[in-house]
Amino acid sequence: MMQKYMKIAAASIFAACLAVGSASAQVKIGAILSVTGPASFLGDPEKKTLEMYVADINAKGGVNGKKLELVVYDDGGKPNEALTFAKRLVDEDKITAMVGGSTTGVTLAIIPIFEEAQIPFISLAGAIQIIQPVRKWVFKTPHTDTMACEKIFADLKRRNLTKVALISGTAAFGKSMRDQCVAVAPKAGITVVHEESYGPGDTDMTPQLTNIKGKAGVQAVINTDFGQGPAIVTRNYQQLGIKLPFYQSHGVASKQYINLAGPAAEGVRLPAAALLVADKLSANDKQKPVVEAYKKTYEQKSGQPVSTFGGHAYDGLMILVEAAKRAGSWDKAKVRDEIEKTKGFVGTGGIVNMSPTDHLGLDLTAFRMLEIKKGDWTLVSDSGS
Amino acid sequence: MLRHTADRIPAVLRRPFVQRLSAIAVIAVIAIVIPAFFPSTYYYRVAALVFVFAIAAIGLNLLMGFAGQVSLGHAGFMGIGAYAVAIGPTHFNIPSWLSFLIGAALSAFVAFIVGRPILRLKGHYLAVATLGFGLLLAIVFVNEARLTGGPDGMLVPRPVLFGWSVRGTETWYWIAAISFVFGAALAANLIDSPTGRALRAIHDSEVAARVLGVDVAKQKLVIFIISAVYASVAGSYLAAFNGHITPDVSGFLRSIELVAMVVLGGIGSIAGSLVGAALLVMLPQVLTFLHDYEQMVLGLVVMGVMIFLRAGIVPSIAAALSRRRA
Repeated sequence: MMQKYMKIAAASIFAACLAVGSASAQVKIGAILSVTGPASFLGDPEKKTLEMYVADINAKGGVNGKKLELVVYDDGGKPNEALTFAKRLVDEDKITAMVGGSTTGVTLAIIPIFEEAQIPFISLAGAIQIIQPVRKWVFKTPHTDTMACEKIFADLKRRNLTKVALISGTAAFGKSMRDQCVAVAPKAGITVVHEESYGPGDTDMTPQLTNIKGKAGVQAVINTDFGQGPAIVTRNYQQLGIKLPFYQSHGVASKQYINLAGPAAEGVRLPAAALLVADKLSANDKQKPVVEAYKKTYEQKSGQPVSTFGGHAYDGLMILVEAAKRAGSWDKAKVRDEIEKTKGFVGTGGIVNMSPTDHLGLDLTAFRMLEIKKGDWTLVSDSGS
Repeated sequence: MLRHTADRIPAVLRRPFVQRLSAIAVIAVIAIVIPAFFPSTYYYRVAALVFVFAIAAIGLNLLMGFAGQVSLGHAGFMGIGAYAVAIGPTHFNIPSWLSFLIGAALSAFVAFIVGRPILRLKGHYLAVATLGFGLLLAIVFVNEARLTGGPDGMLVPRPVLFGWSVRGTETWYWIAAISFVFGAALAANLIDSPTGRALRAIHDSEVAARVLGVDVAKQKLVIFIISAVYASVAGSYLAAFNGHITPDVSGFLRSIELVAMVVLGGIGSIAGSLVGAALLVMLPQVLTFLHDYEQMVLGLVVMGVMIFLRAGIVPSIAAALSRRRA
């Protein structure tokens, strides 16, 4: 009998869910972000960015005569939760467009819902599988790991180096980037002559680096990983006195890496987004005004240092807003068509030129090759070495 | 209805079969009626998730409530079930229904291997062993990227049964609801079987049970295997329902969530497993309006339940109501 009351109680909790969602003349933009959980370093700046720029756009009168209403849900990095929120955005909130999906796992999980509902979806996650094969309603703003590999390889070619050794972390990012580097190496004319790997949490990579040092013919070394692993590799690299050119991935493009690796980081090269070196870009760089403005706005309003992840959200929102302006309406199909026609959009991640076959629209200029000199980033010119 | 504290067992045993299942009948009626109030498929999805997690929670509840053992790696079995229906059809051309059974069998086998040596020991050895087991499985799912797609997960093919492709949120609601009712009825029967009585004896006093001739280790092992199969089934459903699976299905936090469902709803109460699952699946949906404070309030609710309804929601409320009636 008690159970019956319990059931009624449970049912009424459920009914409480019904009381969500109210009608309004605004245009609803959905965002499922990993604000908490292991991927919060992505979702948190993304959420802050979207909130501050939506407020900004509304203060200026909105888009196409309508104000934007941002509906943010936190999936905690869990695709199962993200799926439930995606269903809610489509069925209950009735959003017009979606900017979000902090991780690749979440994005891949929720793609079918937005494809089916025919809602433009701009993802903020890295992997190339999101836009390959091209899906009609799905776009993304962050550059891919493959592009980071290609950028490194292009720099190697400029220095006439073709034989490399890879040392990669076995955790998610390092492994995925390693796979992609190996996959695109032949096309770039680069030969991977030797490979080493290390686990997350390893504190000494001297054995692996000794193997690389003893390997004949290696002309340069690439380390694919993020977090503190690369800093240890960098220190060990110096301790062993290896003189070969050393490349890190975009995964360590933060001041923290330089601090952790110390003087050993001197001369290390890595690809990174323009946002990180906003103040070092040349005055005629097209991206300079955009990244400087975003950096200033974000750091002022959030009180935290800027990250490229928030920049991806900025790019996604602005691509959407500009597409809606060109479309002259918030009709989903028209907005989608205009997103696909985005040309010459200058974002924090690069200059975006989309097409029906390219729903990312970035090329290698999105990455800048940096070299660490005297504990700070310096830009490596694309033409020189 | 299905609570079993030491003083109430005789009453329970005297209850006839029909009455024993009446709570489950009520749940079944609610499951049939409630969709009439669903304004959109979003509600079907939430309700389907409640039933799916409740299936896993019942399994864990059998272990915790009746054998007095805790598993901190039960999501690992969900992971086995989930990846079975993902990997089987994708890489080995095994039909989904067969992969589903293989997953359940594999979970049972793994539970047997893990449980056999450990359940001979007393205390929280099983909790620690399952904790490690769950973490290990999550690492395997991440690292065997060739099979599992790595941390980004993999697509789960739509199950095809007798030429009929199983899809749609509403379909999955019915599958989950029917499976839950079936699983709950099975669990209720098990509790009132000789195995169940032996388990309750173990729960109350292992020494006394052993004196009465109960093979304590064997009975614990049996229930551990059964609970693993429940989790595996729930995992398979979750994977096929979502159409995409990532290693977080078997993550440590998922295991803790399952334990929380059992404890919140009421240890030893099958209806409690449903209430616990409903609470933890629906609360994050209800609390979204709190934005940054969502996690904090969720924690407060859980703490509040544990402080004020110490035996869990269903047993506490049931006890309060029966006191008032008396």
